[in-house]
Amino acid sequence: MDTVDLARALFGSSMAFHIIFSTLGVGIPAMIVVAELLYHVKKDSDYSLMAQRWTRGLAILLGVAIPSGTIVGVMLTLLWPGFMEYVGEVIALPFQIELWAFFLEALFLSIYVYAADRLPPVMRIVSVAFVAFGAVASAVLITDAHSWMNTPRGFSVVNDQITDVNPLAAVFNPSVWTTTNHVVTSAYMTGAFTIASVAAYKMLSRRLSEREFAYHGKGLFMSLLIGGVMAVLTAVDGHSTAQMLHHHQPEKLAGAEGLFETTAYAPLVIFGTVDPEIQGVRGGLELPWALSFLATNRFSGVVRGLNEFPPENWPPLYIHTLFDTMVMIGSILIVMGFVPLAYRMWFKKPYPRWMTMALVTAGPLSMLGIETGWIFSCTGRQPWTIYHVQRTAEAATRAGGLGALLVMFVSIYVILLVTTAVVMRHYFNRHPVGPELTQDGSVSSR
Amino acid sequence: MSYAIVAASIIWVFVFMYAILGSIDFGTGFWAMVFGYNKKHKVADIANLYLSPTWKVTNVFLVLLAVALVNFFPRATYLLGSILVVPVCLALILLLIRSAFMVYSHSVRRHSRTLTLVSGITGLLIPGLLISILPVTLGGFVTVEDGVPILELTRLFTSPTEYAHLAFGLTTELFLSALFLADYSREAGDESAYYTLRHLAITFGPTTFALAIMTTLVMAPEAQWIVERFRELWVWFALSAAAFVIGLSALWWRRPDGKIGYPRVAVIAVVIQYALASYAYGRAHLPYLVYPYLTIEEGVVNPAMFRSLIISYAVCTAILVPVFILFWRLFLKDKRYLKPE
Ligand code: HDD
Ligand code: HEM
Ligand code: HEM
Repeated sequence: MDTVDLARALFGSSMAFHIIFSTLGVGIPAMIVVAELLYHVKKDSDYSLMAQRWTRGLAILLGVAIPSGTIVGVMLTLLWPGFMEYVGEVIALPFQIELWAFFLEALFLSIYVYAADRLPPVMRIVSVAFVAFGAVASAVLITDAHSWMNTPRGFSVVNDQITDVNPLAAVFNPSVWTTTNHVVTSAYMTGAFTIASVAAYKMLSRRLSEREFAYHGKGLFMSLLIGGVMAVLTAVDGHSTAQMLHHHQPEKLAGAEGLFETTAYAPLVIFGTVDPEIQGVRGGLELPWALSFLATNRFSGVVRGLNEFPPENWPPLYIHTLFDTMVMIGSILIVMGFVPLAYRMWFKKPYPRWMTMALVTAGPLSMLGIETGWIFSCTGRQPWTIYHVQRTAEAATRAGGLGALLVMFVSIYVILLVTTAVVMRHYFNRHPVGPELTQDGSVSSR
Repeated sequence: MSYAIVAASIIWVFVFMYAILGSIDFGTGFWAMVFGYNKKHKVADIANLYLSPTWKVTNVFLVLLAVALVNFFPRATYLLGSILVVPVCLALILLLIRSAFMVYSHSVRRHSRTLTLVSGITGLLIPGLLISILPVTLGGFVTVEDGVPILELTRLFTSPTEYAHLAFGLTTELFLSALFLADYSREAGDESAYYTLRHLAITFGPTTFALAIMTTLVMAPEAQWIVERFRELWVWFALSAAAFVIGLSALWWRRPDGKIGYPRVAVIAVVIQYALASYAYGRAHLPYLVYPYLTIEEGVVNPAMFRSLIISYAVCTAILVPVFILFWRLFLKDKRYLKPE
C-alpha cells in the first residue's frame, strides 16, 4: 500500500472503532434521561434503577469513547493535513464549538455520577439532560463538518488560494439538516436497540425471578418503543438523504444503485454486485421504477447514471453493498420495533421465546447499520475528500512510517473491543440486578 | 497587535493550561498506582477522589489545544502533521490504553491491581512524549526531502536534548501532581496523606528545577538561537525562580495551629513559576512555530475565520464559566465529597 492508502486504512479503522462507542455515547444518555423522567412520572423505582445501571455501563464505554475520539481528532491533522488546511480556513466553527459540547458533557456527567446525592433531585435530571445534550450536540457538530465535505460551500478557490471565506455559509451548507437528522435518529435508535438486546438476552435466562423478569420487561418495552419510532424516523430522513445525494452527489447515488445509463423510470436493484462489464448489477432483485421514486418522488423522474461522469471520478462500486445493507437493516429494525409491541398490546402475553431471541440481534444489527452507513458515506465520496474541491491524494500526508502505526492501532482496537466486552460482562455479573430491586417497585429512598 | 500574535497568545494559554492540568492528571494516576499497594496510606484514595470526576474534563483540554492549533494556524498543519505523526501517534496509543484501563480498574475489583499498573505506567509516559515536541520545534531534527518535511527519528531519540526534555516532563508531572495532591489532602483533612505528598513534592521540586537548567545546557546546536533569546529575557526566568523558591519554602511555613506548610500558597506560587517561565519560553520562540521553516505570520488563519473563532470562543466560554464554578465547588471544595462520613 502507498502512503495514501495506508492513511485511509488507518483513519478509516480508527473511525470505525470510535463510532461504536460514540454512537452509544449519544444514544444511551438519551435513554437514561427517559428512564429518569419515567421514574418521576410513574414513581416506579425500577426506572431509577435502570438509569443507574445504564449509567455504570456508560461510564465504562466513555472510558474508550473519549480517548478514541481524541485519537481521531488528532489523527485528522496528522493524516490529512491538506484537508485540515481547508477545515481551518473554512469550517473551523463546528470543530471549535464541539469542544464546548464535550466540556458540557464531561462536566455534567461527573456531576450526575458523583454529586447527584448532594444536589436537589431536579438537578439530577437537569445534569443528565445536559450530558445527553452535550453528546448529541457534538454528534451534530461533527456531522456538520462531514456534510460540508459532501456539499462544500462558503469559499472560493482562486489560484490555489482559499478566498471569500464565509464561515456561516459553510456551517449551513445544503446537506447539513438532512444528514444531521439521519445521524441523530440512527444514534438514538441504536442506543435504544442496544438496551433492548441486553434486556432480551437477560429475559432468555430461565433462572430469573419474577421481579427480575418484570424489571427487564419494562426496559425492553420502553426501548422497543423508542427504537421503533426512531427506526421509522431514520428511514424517513434516510429517504431525504438519498434525495440530497440525487441533487448534490449524483455519482454517489448512481454508484450506490449500480445505475450506468441516465434514465427515467429507473429501477432499484437490491443486493447483487455492480459490474461495469454488463453496465448493471449482477444477480440482484430488481424493483422497477423504485429508484426514480426514491430519488425524485415520481416514477418518471430522471436519475443520472455513472456514464455521465468520467470514470476516474467514480466512487468504488462496492458501495452498493454497503448501501443495501444499511437499508435492509433499517427495514428489519422497523419490524423488530413494532411487531413485538403490537403482539404485547394485542395478546397481552409475554413475548414468545423465538421473538425474544430475535430481539437480541437488534443492537448488533443497528451497529452494523451505523458502520455500513458511515463507510458508505465516506468511501462513496472517493476520490474526493472535499467533493469536487480536493482529492484524497491531495489531502493526505506524505510522511512515511504509517504501516507500523496501522498495525499497532488496529491491534489495540481489537484488544480493547474484547477487553471492554469482558469488563462489561464481568461487572454486571458481579453486580446482578436482583439484590438491587425493591420488593414491589415502589419508590424507595436512594 | 497582529492577528498572528493574538492567535499565538491564545495557543500559549491553552498549552499552559494543559501542561498544568495534564501533569496533575497523569501524575495523580501514577501516584494512585504507587500507593495503591500500600494500605497504610490514604494517598491512593485521595488521588482517585480527584481523578474520577476530572479526567474527562482534563482530556477535553487536550482536544481543545489540538483543535485550536489547527483552527488558528491551518497553514501550519502540513508541516506539523508530517513531522509529528510518529511521536504523537505513540502518545495517543498510550492515552487510549491509559484511560480505558483506568476506567476498567474501577469496574473490575479482582484484577484492579494489574489494570491500575497498566494505566499508571502508560500515563506516566504520556507527558514525556508530548514534551518531545518541543525540541522538534526548535530546529535541528527536521529535514526536507522533495518538498516533504521529515522528522529524523533516530537522531532525535539518540540526542541528549530529547532525554533532557523527557526527564523534565516526567519530573514536572510528578512534582506538580504531588504538590497539588498535598493541597487537596489538606483540604480533605487527611494530614498523613498530606505529609507523604509534601515529602514527594519537596523531593521532586528541586529535581525538576535542576533538570530545567540542564535542558537549556544540552540544547541541540541548531537550537542555540533560543538559548540566546533566553539570555535576553533573563528577568522573566529570574522571577520564575523566585516564585519557585517562595512556593517551595511555603511547605515549611508553620501555621498557627501547629501544622506545617501552606500547600495552597505553594501551588499558587508554583503555577506562577511555570506561567512566567513558559511565557518567557513562548516569547523567545516567536516568531517561529517550527524553526526555521514556519513563522506564525505564515501559518495564521484568514481574518474572516479569525473573527468568527474569537466570537465563538468568547460566547462559549461565557456559557461554561458557571458550570466550571459549580464543578469546582462540588469536587474541590465540598467537604461532603472530600470527607464522607
Ligand atoms: C442503523 C443505522 C442506519 C439505518 C437503519 C439507515 N441509515 Fe442511512 N446512514 C446511517 C445510518 C443508518 C449513518 C451511519 O448515520 C449515515 C452515514 C453518514 C450519515 O450521514 O449517516 C447514513 C448515510 C446514509 C446516506 C448517505 C448520506 C451521505 O452520503 O452523505 C443515505 C443516502 C442513507 N443513509 C439513506 C438511508 C435509507 C434510505 C435508509 C432506509 C431505511 C437508511 N439510510 C437507514
Ligand atoms: C472525524 C470525526 C470525529 C472526530 C474528529 C471526533 C472527535 C472526538 C473527540 C476529540 C472526542 C473526545 C472528547 C473528549 O475528550 O471528551 C470525541 C468523543 C465523542 N464523539 Fe467523536 N469524533 C468524530 C466523529 C463522531 C461522530 C460521527 C459521532 C456521533 C455520531 C461522535 C460522537 C462522539 C461522542 C458522543 C463522544 C463522547 C463525548 C464525550 O464524552 O466527551 N463522534 N469525538
Ligand atoms: C464516525 C463514523 C465514520 C466512519 C466509520 C468513517 C469511515 C471512513 C473511512 C472508511 C474512510 C476511508 C475512505 C476510503 O478511503 O475509502 C474515511 C475517510 C475520511 N473521513 Fe470518514 N468516517 C466517519 C466519519 C467522518 C466524519 C464525521 C468526518 C468529518 C469530519 C470524516 C472525515 C473523513 C476524512 C477527512 C477522510 C479522509 C479523506 C478521504 O478518504 O476522503 N469521517 N472515513
